[in-house]
Amino acid sequence: MAQRDETRAAAYWRRNLGLMLRLLLVWFVVSYGCGIILVDFLNQFRIGGYKLGFWFAQQGSIYVFVALIFYYARRMAALDHEFHVDDDDEPGA
Amino acid sequence: MELQTLTYLVVGLTFALYVGIAFWARAVSTSEFYIAGGGIGPVQNGMATAADWMSAASFISMAGLIAFMGYGGSVFLMGWTGGYVILAMLLAPYLRKYGKFTVPEFIGDRYYSRGARAVAVVCLIICSVTYVIGQMKGVGVAFSRFLEVEYDTGLFVGMLIVFFYAVLGGMKGITYTQIAQYCVLITAYTIPAIFISLQLTGNPIPQLGLGSTLAGSDTYLLDRLDQVVTDLGFREYTTDVRLNGLNMFAFTLSLMIGTAGLPHVIIRFFTVPRVRDARTSAGWALVFIAVLYTTAPAVAGMARLNLMETLQPQSGDHLLIEERPRWFRNWEKTGLLGFQDKNGDGRIQYSADEQANEMVKVDQDIIVLANPEIARLPNWVIALVAAGGLAAALSTAAGLLLAIASAISHDLLKGMLMPGITEKQELRASRLAMAVAILGAGYLGLNPPGFAAGTVALAFGLAASSIFPALMMGIFSTRVTREGAIAGMVAGIGVTLFYVFQHKGVMFIPGTAFLGDTPPNWFFGIEPNAFGAVGALVNFSVAFAVSRLTAAPPEAVRQLVLAIRLPDHAPPAHDLELVIHEQPPQR
Repeated sequence: MAQRDETRAAAYWRRNLGLMLRLLLVWFVVSYGCGIILVDFLNQFRIGGYKLGFWFAQQGSIYVFVALIFYYARRMAALDHEFHVDDDDEPGA
Repeated sequence: MELQTLTYLVVGLTFALYVGIAFWARAVSTSEFYIAGGGIGPVQNGMATAADWMSAASFISMAGLIAFMGYGGSVFLMGWTGGYVILAMLLAPYLRKYGKFTVPEFIGDRYYSRGARAVAVVCLIICSVTYVIGQMKGVGVAFSRFLEVEYDTGLFVGMLIVFFYAVLGGMKGITYTQIAQYCVLITAYTIPAIFISLQLTGNPIPQLGLGSTLAGSDTYLLDRLDQVVTDLGFREYTTDVRLNGLNMFAFTLSLMIGTAGLPHVIIRFFTVPRVRDARTSAGWALVFIAVLYTTAPAVAGMARLNLMETLQPQSGDHLLIEERPRWFRNWEKTGLLGFQDKNGDGRIQYSADEQANEMVKVDQDIIVLANPEIARLPNWVIALVAAGGLAAALSTAAGLLLAIASAISHDLLKGMLMPGITEKQELRASRLAMAVAILGAGYLGLNPPGFAAGTVALAFGLAASSIFPALMMGIFSTRVTREGAIAGMVAGIGVTLFYVFQHKGVMFIPGTAFLGDTPPNWFFGIEPNAFGAVGALVNFSVAFAVSRLTAAPPEAVRQLVLAIRLPDHAPPAHDLELVIHEQPPQR
């Protein structure tokens, strides 16, 4: 029983890590990638009056950060449910 | 109404509101004092976190920094927001699951060592004290500028207000006050921004206005700005890199992981009921922060353009000294703006060339402070900006003071020196610790030590290099040992402090720097404020290396780490109170 619990917990943790790594990749790409490393390249494109690299550095990256956190929270809530590790509806918890 | 009277009225009303909230939300247990009883919803907690987080630096100084740094100022925008992504994924849910009161408490338990807990307390106090000095100065400055009272008087009034709601209400009082303070500060920040955007571009949304064309022309605002600044010999606004790409990278990283490692931010996530609330709450916090952080670059660009066009109405045509607008004259009195007619032509030449430049003083804070006057907004908006600046400084100071007080009463006193004290005694001790912390911060605000100048950015470097790595390894590795964590924290914060001292002076005392503070002396061209990222790297490497050489942590610790990774059975706040009541005194 304890053994099965531990394998299940390990599977949950692997799924969490996978999701986290994918989202942190996006986090890295929009800020350090588009905002700093590729900024000169992106600045040749425009959205409105903004040079694109400049826009990522001062606006775009922040919007993506917000979206990333809510996406992570939603996916994790689903994952918690799937593995029955939700915080509240555990009977007798 | 007179501006002066109006300002007193608005500031007085907001202060009455904070004190009223303090009475209504008094803390009666240690759980309420440390973590507001664990009953704060994720949206409310997010709003309180945003106020906790956004300090006088964010409210008053940041837009000014960006205005004069252009693209290089992006490090603050990305650095001070991106940290929440790390916090939401790597720290907040697991620390909430663990369900204790303070950050050092987790470090002490995870690394099965009172030594580790003590090192964490020291790191926490160093970070928080460097940070709180800046806030107390912010309170004094805001008072003296807007209410024309002495700096010292302003500081005392600020201390009294914080004393009231922080000592009385603890985390509970602070949380509800911070929610009110967020509303005040965000209104005060966005209203002038909306008007200035409307005037310049006809678009009421500043985030869109910055990317729009100027009203009545088809030139984009940013293109015009680039042209005006390069005309005077400054570097192009939208591409002005801060030193070099690597430095910007390190600075951003340092601010991000410093954000995630600052104890006064982390403990806010101990106040929500469930683990998943910790995740969404980080999201809400960032939403509320982003409102200000996406407006700030618009304020920066637009106010810089206004300033440049005031000084040089047409290309080659400089402002006549007699024709200075009223706001210009007003702010000269404060010493934040100053000119000197070097060539005696009766005009002000503003130039990037040090020799020819006649605008000898342009304080970056002028961008936010003078914004409503430049946009010719009514007096009540100016009064509101004063209240907003005070709200930003007070809310952050209160959060920091709580983090310091709880580290002293809960970690040092209850955790190490006098484990036998009852909850009642601990609550009294934490109130006393808070009172002492306020007096200490006030003293440092009155007699700012030499190092007070660049301290806020430094606090991030210190948190990034000490607390963040210890917490992250504590959750993501079962193998990092007590010895590894202690060595890592000491090495990380040590390297960062050493680097700062070698370029800025030992304890910032001028003349004691043994290496000059210029780019050629910097390690790979990384400025001292950005060095926290390197310190964190050192912390991780030392911790892993030492852990390999020392005996693995006990099985119970391994079980603890595995347990905090799962969100179920997180202890609610009520159980914590029972634990405190029922636990027999140890030893």
